[in-house]
Amino acid sequence: MFQALRDTLPSNRWIRGLLLIIVVSIVLTPWLFEGTRALDTAARLSIFIVLAASYDLLLGYTGVVSFAHALFFGIGAYSVAIAFDQFAPGFGVLAIAIVAGLSVSLIVAFVMGLVSLRVKTIFYAMITLAVASAATVLVSQFYHLTGGEDGLTYRLPRVLTPAFRPFDEPLFGVRLTGKLFNFYTVVFVAILLFLVMVRIVASPFGRVLKALRENDFRAEAIGYNTLVYRTTATLLSAAFATLAGVLMAIWLRYTGPDSVLSLDIMIDVLLMVVIGGMGTLYGAIIGATVLLLAQMYLQTLMGSTQEALGGWPILANLFDPNRWLLWLGLLFIASVYFFPQGIVGRFSRARSAAAEVRP
Amino acid sequence: MTAYRSSDTPEATAPTGPLKPRTHWRQRRDVQAAALVPLVALVAAVLIGDLNAWLTLTLAGLAMGMMLFIMTSGFTLVFGLMDVLNFGHGAFISLGAFCGFSVMLSMDGWRLSESLWLNLGAFGAAAIVAMTAAALMSWLFERILVRRVYGDHLMQILITMGGLIVAEQLIYVFWGGHDIPMLKPPAFQGGVQWGGLVFEKYRLLAVVLGGLLFIGLLLVFKKTRLGLLIRAGVENREMVESFGYNVRCLFVLVFMAGSALAALGGIMWGVYDEVITPHLGQSLMITVFIVAIIGGLGSIEGCFIAALVVGLLSNYIGFLAPKLALVSTIGLMVVVLLWRPQGLVPVSEGGK
Repeated sequence: MFQALRDTLPSNRWIRGLLLIIVVSIVLTPWLFEGTRALDTAARLSIFIVLAASYDLLLGYTGVVSFAHALFFGIGAYSVAIAFDQFAPGFGVLAIAIVAGLSVSLIVAFVMGLVSLRVKTIFYAMITLAVASAATVLVSQFYHLTGGEDGLTYRLPRVLTPAFRPFDEPLFGVRLTGKLFNFYTVVFVAILLFLVMVRIVASPFGRVLKALRENDFRAEAIGYNTLVYRTTATLLSAAFATLAGVLMAIWLRYTGPDSVLSLDIMIDVLLMVVIGGMGTLYGAIIGATVLLLAQMYLQTLMGSTQEALGGWPILANLFDPNRWLLWLGLLFIASVYFFPQGIVGRFSRARSAAAEVRP
Repeated sequence: MTAYRSSDTPEATAPTGPLKPRTHWRQRRDVQAAALVPLVALVAAVLIGDLNAWLTLTLAGLAMGMMLFIMTSGFTLVFGLMDVLNFGHGAFISLGAFCGFSVMLSMDGWRLSESLWLNLGAFGAAAIVAMTAAALMSWLFERILVRRVYGDHLMQILITMGGLIVAEQLIYVFWGGHDIPMLKPPAFQGGVQWGGLVFEKYRLLAVVLGGLLFIGLLLVFKKTRLGLLIRAGVENREMVESFGYNVRCLFVLVFMAGSALAALGGIMWGVYDEVITPHLGQSLMITVFIVAIIGGLGSIEGCFIAALVVGLLSNYIGFLAPKLALVSTIGLMVVVLLWRPQGLVPVSEGGK
């Protein structure tokens, strides 16, 4: 495991330092920052890191573009939500929900892969987009089960709720509640999942994936069955996305189409991976941080700019706080052009095979 | 730079007769595929059982199919000619709808009059403005974004997706984020009665317009030198280039024309729905993809057949089992891909 970390970590020490700062501040959020909003941001951040990294496993390591990643995220979240909504919340139900969610995701991913990966990888992009939009429609139509557009709000096992208070004394000024327990469950499971992905990428399997991305014809000529490897990568990435969805459902105590399933989430994840750096896995950490911070703080900045430009109607609209996606879209295009390996790839070269430069 | 050689030398003129020997219909994939349209209609007729309802649905399906065809033709040709997958195509649909609506809303005198010709004039003006705007935008789009990523599908998908995000946000900036409602011009409202059957006027208009466009496109493709070069470019780009034609310039033309058609489709769709939202392009984009895949990427005939089948099917299913409308088109796509992995009318793979 340490070998895998050593092989894949970016070599630039500033990037390493940045990664360390991000991880440490997520883990120590309850002590470093005040208020529930910071806690919420940190939990979301760790979940989105897993989601973006699992997308990177597909996009960056195999060169397959999928627009159904949010679908798997949604399957994970909805399986927990529906289970807790229909049955009494408990850890047994949770385990069953996770197994069910994983199975559904894997079956969907397998079928989509069979239909489209066989033909051409570009079909995959279009077909996944179609399937994902169909799923959104299905969720809003089967509202008896899914809550439709409103989504589902449900109760968690008591251990994970703010009402659970095992100790009276606060620890270093922070009260230990079920909320905190919930937070650390999410963060540590996220870290664990990320490490497993690092291990996968550093394995011989991961190297074959990179070979496929660079030159699939050659990889096939050497004797690797490209279809098998691509499908396996799709399945793995779907599984991790599903688990990220499970974490999201546990953290939010609410699951709705806008929070886990919509195309907007998909676009967010795409932006995270590309801005952070495709094919680096650690790019997901930086990309997710950039995006979440932008969502929170860029809007404030833009709001004040808009006020300053009040007299210019169109120009002021450009800086409307709701138009933050415009600027990130421009950043996205710039990063695809000028540093296709994203922030992490631009400023560092990992020591292992990740060092090869895309043509 | 000229798109094609203007000086005609005798040996360079287009061959007149068909190059392929006539084949039996069993070997003609396009004929087999075209048979799908009446087949779907017939099966639906049996299932629905009510002639009046069936006729209404068929007309609605054909109208929808024609609009889908108009939107998809550009996308599929751009892919066929230059192997470029333009995820930003939806942006031109939205752009067309918004430009067109702005023009029509500013021409209240013509739009609200009872005269069919004034109504058509407003619609035509809107269409011209929208198509011009989309063509200019797409020229920029090609220049700035697409040009540098030829031959790399991954980059194309990413960069055009980025373009789609930015373009959609710009539509929010210029037109605000709210939906724009607009009633159909009076002459387009209501229906025509014919022997106890009612045909909605606007649907008839859409069918006529779409049919004319299809015939026009076919004429351009089959009868003109430009069309010959485009078809040749789709079949084998390097060969056409080696004859000294500038395929890239040809491609820019097709890209602009395709985007203009997308804009036309967008405004037709918007008038049909009587409301447009900034998400219009994004949501139609998905259907456009499905149609292009079913028809076979790069094939104009396949695109036409697929658009009609998708339009008919989603109207029939929408009547028979409303919950399954969108899922049905995806089911159709899966079935077609299992039957013919390259789409209904596959383009020959020579040279690519």
